Amino acid sequence: MTAHNCEACPAHAHLAQMGLSVDRIDRVVALAGNPNTGKSTLFNALTGLRQHTGNWPGKTVTRAEGGFTFNALRYKLVDLPGTYSLLSASHDEEIARDFLLFGTPDCTIVVADATALERNLNLVLQVLEITGKAVLAVNLMDEAKRKGIEVDVRSLSRDLGVPAVPVVARTGEGLQALLTTMDGVIGGTITTNPARARGTPEFNAAIAELVPLIEAAAPGVPNARWIAIRLLDGDGRVERALRNGELAALVARQQRPDDRFSRKIALQGAQ
Amino acid sequence: MSTDSRAIPLPGAAARGGISAEAAPPPDPELVIRRAEELRRGLTNNFRDEAVSSVYAEAERMAARAVRRGDETRRLDWDQRIDRIVTSPILGLPLMLVILAVVFWLTIAGANVPSAMLANGFFWVEGRAAALFDAAGAPWWLTGFIWHGVFRGLAWVVSVMLPPMAIFFPLFTILEDLGYLPRVAFNLDFLFRRAGAHGKQALTMAMGFGCNAAGVIATRVIDSPRERLVAILTNNFVPCNGRFPTLIMLATIFVAASFPPVLASIAAAGAVVGVVVLGVLFTLVMSWLLSRTVLKGEASAFTLELPPYRRPGITRILYTSLIDRTLFVLWRAVLTAAPAGAVIWLLGNINAGGASLATHSANALAPLGHAIGLDGVILLAYVIAIPANEIVVPTMLMVYMGGSQMTELESMSELRTLLVDGHGWTMLTAVNLMLFALLHNPCATTIITIYKETLSVRWAALGALMPLVLAFLVTFLTATIVRLFV
Repeated sequence: MTAHNCEACPAHAHLAQMGLSVDRIDRVVALAGNPNTGKSTLFNALTGLRQHTGNWPGKTVTRAEGGFTFNALRYKLVDLPGTYSLLSASHDEEIARDFLLFGTPDCTIVVADATALERNLNLVLQVLEITGKAVLAVNLMDEAKRKGIEVDVRSLSRDLGVPAVPVVARTGEGLQALLTTMDGVIGGTITTNPARARGTPEFNAAIAELVPLIEAAAPGVPNARWIAIRLLDGDGRVERALRNGELAALVARQQRPDDRFSRKIALQGAQ
Repeated sequence: MSTDSRAIPLPGAAARGGISAEAAPPPDPELVIRRAEELRRGLTNNFRDEAVSSVYAEAERMAARAVRRGDETRRLDWDQRIDRIVTSPILGLPLMLVILAVVFWLTIAGANVPSAMLANGFFWVEGRAAALFDAAGAPWWLTGFIWHGVFRGLAWVVSVMLPPMAIFFPLFTILEDLGYLPRVAFNLDFLFRRAGAHGKQALTMAMGFGCNAAGVIATRVIDSPRERLVAILTNNFVPCNGRFPTLIMLATIFVAASFPPVLASIAAAGAVVGVVVLGVLFTLVMSWLLSRTVLKGEASAFTLELPPYRRPGITRILYTSLIDRTLFVLWRAVLTAAPAGAVIWLLGNINAGGASLATHSANALAPLGHAIGLDGVILLAYVIAIPANEIVVPTMLMVYMGGSQMTELESMSELRTLLVDGHGWTMLTAVNLMLFALLHNPCATTIITIYKETLSVRWAALGALMPLVLAFLVTFLTATIVRLFV
């Protein structure tokens, strides 16, 4: 601590890692993104935890929580399994989707791979359909540079309507800017105008009619708009969840940490 | 829509979500769903496809505006050039076997000396401490219980397990960080598909090498419930780190001993690789069987990203593999070995009708053990070691040595003498014990994990019993065949 005083170093002027401590939390931030884009690496860099990372898609299959403070506020950071789409069916992707929809994070940081932006943007656009409180972290900028790929983050910000910040999670580059931006989005000093698909008039009318009905039928359940779209699409699982009151339980589950047994086994194994 | 405008809920109606006297339609989910169905009819029937393709088109436009690609550089070529070899139809599989063999060879060759040194050190401590207790006038049973029971159990577990794990785990983590695992899945995909299983099962299988319970949780990446169950039920057929020490020890003292010293560790590594390959074959065969019986169905298609090769971070590898895995696993082994050591000492020293309880129970299990080419002591060890697989060998050795309390094993060759001359082990015993270690039921934690992931007692039971039955069947067959023809 004497040779490398992290607190005194300008890059960490306002950031302090809190590891596992997530009590008396002021704000909740989710980490979403395609598989193997570096969410867990970013999570480790911010919280000081050592969530296992691996260079393959599907390494994280549980929801991990950690804490950090930034500008004197206490944050809970939620590391989610990677997912290509909010419509996916595998269990790890459901964990990510459920938290993004029903965990009501104050901000969602979508981590994208700078070397495969086009594919990554599909998920970004889907996340923006459900929340405007989002920041795009364009990760792996170092790899992109080595591959001769240049990313114009200002163009991305303009098109998406939410800020985009270039980062290198492995070295910690750009994290300060990411946190400042996140703070601005949550606090409202940065206003967002998320890019959303304009539906047909009939579609919009149908949504407008269904949303209040859903809000009445499932009080306290966020993202009625998303549920309305799923119902219009005839999604059997969403219909079932609405019918048997599962939605309320699902919402409540997002506020609690993921099952400790599974998390521990997934991280360290048994024996 | 503000709730304030609602009247006070009528008594009895409160349970249905507070239906008010004036509020228009009651918020019945059924009505909402029906209304959604009606509205759907008014929409163009492929509105969802349009929405999805508009997202894709939008993403493409945005990426085109924001991304500028220079000339594709050498690094990209490098990745592709390596992949052309690593995932080639001809070289892919042999290369995998070579990598596996090198990892095991490094583990076995490297662990030999530190294991012997640890064992010597611990047994020196045991002898000195016991002598000290005797000199201080401690009763014989106290000395025996603490030093020849609990302490010896711990000493065995630490010296047999620590060195191989401290080498194997970092090597495995390096492969994982490099990005080799998805390539393994790519190479094995055609085999899994033919077995009616999901290609990502190769990834969960690779996690099973570390720990089968972790492998079972890793199956969450498989989206088809049928194929996920196949992957869960067959994960046990790759040996986890708890079972590797057993395999390595048997390979070292039986297989390697029949080769000249120069080749010994290579032969031992070859034997372990053989067992692992056999485990993969059993995985495929059992997946195929399950896909044709209780879990009927075809393999589904999926996409698998091959990430770029990345340089592993050394400090993180050391932390992940040594602190989180090695020490953690060792600590759990120690926690189970200490009570097991105590139980064994008690079994070996409480006499009933002229023989110890250990002898009685080993004798009772002897006919069954003999039928499958093992003996009663080995089966007794498996019963005692149900909570954790890694204490099978220490348990076995402690029961064997129960009669000659002061035997101190100073090298693997003495161990061989104890097993072969003292207890009649043959090559059949060694081979069948390796087979049994590979196939038998998963540890208690894995069974609990299967239950938690499937929420079904039936699948958990099948996950425990199928391997056990298979282990008895296979070892019975090999024993019978060997006895008939050799």
